[in-house]
Amino acid sequence: MSIKRLSPEELLALDRFAVDEGNPHIVVDKAICARCEQRPCLVVCPARCYQLKDGQVHFEYAGCLECGTCRVMCSDKGVTDWNYPRATFGVTYRCS
Amino acid sequence: MAEEDFDAIVVGAGPSGSACAYTLAKAGKNVLLLERGDSAGAKNVSGGRLYTYALELVEPGLTQRAPLQRKIVREQIMLLSDGQATTIDHAEYGKEAESYSVVRATLDEWFAGEVEAQGASVVPGMRVDGLLEENGRIVGIKVGEDEMRAGIVVACDGVNSMLGRQAGLFDDVKASAVGVGVKETIELAPAVINQRFGVKDGEGAARVAIGCTEGISGGGFLYTNKDSISLGIVFNPEQAARHGRQIQEIFQDFKLHPAIAALIEGGTSVEYGAHLVPEIGFHGVPQRLYRDGLLVAGDAAQFGINTGMIIRGMDLALVSGLAAARAILQDGDTGPAYMAQLEQLMLLPNLRAYAEFHGIFGISRIFKEYPDLANEALRFLFTVDGQVPPPMIKKLKAIVTSKASYVQLAKDAWKGYRSV
Repeated sequence: MSIKRLSPEELLALDRFAVDEGNPHIVVDKAICARCEQRPCLVVCPARCYQLKDGQVHFEYAGCLECGTCRVMCSDKGVTDWNYPRATFGVTYRCS
Repeated sequence: MAEEDFDAIVVGAGPSGSACAYTLAKAGKNVLLLERGDSAGAKNVSGGRLYTYALELVEPGLTQRAPLQRKIVREQIMLLSDGQATTIDHAEYGKEAESYSVVRATLDEWFAGEVEAQGASVVPGMRVDGLLEENGRIVGIKVGEDEMRAGIVVACDGVNSMLGRQAGLFDDVKASAVGVGVKETIELAPAVINQRFGVKDGEGAARVAIGCTEGISGGGFLYTNKDSISLGIVFNPEQAARHGRQIQEIFQDFKLHPAIAALIEGGTSVEYGAHLVPEIGFHGVPQRLYRDGLLVAGDAAQFGINTGMIIRGMDLALVSGLAAARAILQDGDTGPAYMAQLEQLMLLPNLRAYAEFHGIFGISRIFKEYPDLANEALRFLFTVDGQVPPPMIKKLKAIVTSKASYVQLAKDAWKGYRSV
């Protein structure tokens, strides 16, 4: 295999995740995000968990790398709760 | 007072937690080491270099047993521009080993095993949800509905330290005090790594790069592991947000820069990780790192040093975990003893020595204009095209002033001087 540009989806596909279905470890209040003008999350989340869809900030926790960047950067506090996933869930790194 | 389940509970089996638990267990203490990952290291990402003096401080000979990747014998600095690169490559031949590349999943799991061998209870797959407090003292931890009590709790729960915040020791870490790091691990045959980096078996290179962040404060890194390359960038998140381009896109451009792509060609991307990094050193360390029944160590205490050339975190984590253990093993007031140990083991003096270094990263032209300047000047000096070249000094001056005015240069030089 040769080196190529990988999309965020392809990058995340390299990793092993155990998704805690129906139990997001990060809670985002869309009403707050709707009023937010800066939306740094769209740019700084390394997993691109935050994406703009139909003008709204859409958050998907399944590919979260648990770094904390969204929490420290959230400008209007739309991230209302941030925790690590419950034990045995989330990302598992094998060679980082 | 309710009976204690343990002498000490250490939260987080990274370098600081394991160094602390190891030292306590070795001294005969009844220790519980908890880790939220399925195994130690499963949640951890780091650039990939450990300065091993710290392992030797924990216990002489530990370095020999550790699963290290490659002894770093080449220190490289790369100045990148669009289609150009200048690399400075330093080696000191015959030098004693000072640092090794590491893979955290392997390193942390090994160290947790060593902790267990010393008699501690090591329990992975357990997320600590909170602290137990009685009469103003931390007396244990909560995991779901369960409570566990201990004489002391050591929070080694990483850069996002929930426990330190919950204990009221500090506020959430500020965006201006951290970097967001992204990293791809790329498998590559050991012989190919040896050849491309000019190293022997067991030896490797560490590289930092500037000019790969589209002007955002931050830099690239590359470490050679046994059979893989760790390649990544750390960004200032506030500047990245203002810049507006997704950071993983900028990272992929870096990966595909001809100077980088040539090093990893034929390799296979096997993992992608991200992590926050304490970035501003001494000034980022919280005022309070302890209260009755609780100590905070490692990334949770925001211990880090970044001079642009030296990036340290894991060694400081090990030393602070050791400091916490030594404080606990002493009679008397544990908190002040911990701070005294951090002085004695030279962790805080080291942080102070580099206290103003992060000021360098306030010189915005370091991240684009100056690498461009270096590359353009060198391109001019190396160009032979049969034409009559312009007068050298005049041309070099023109290259310099196309990147920064003399006033800007003077300001930046002054800022750099004041920072170091």
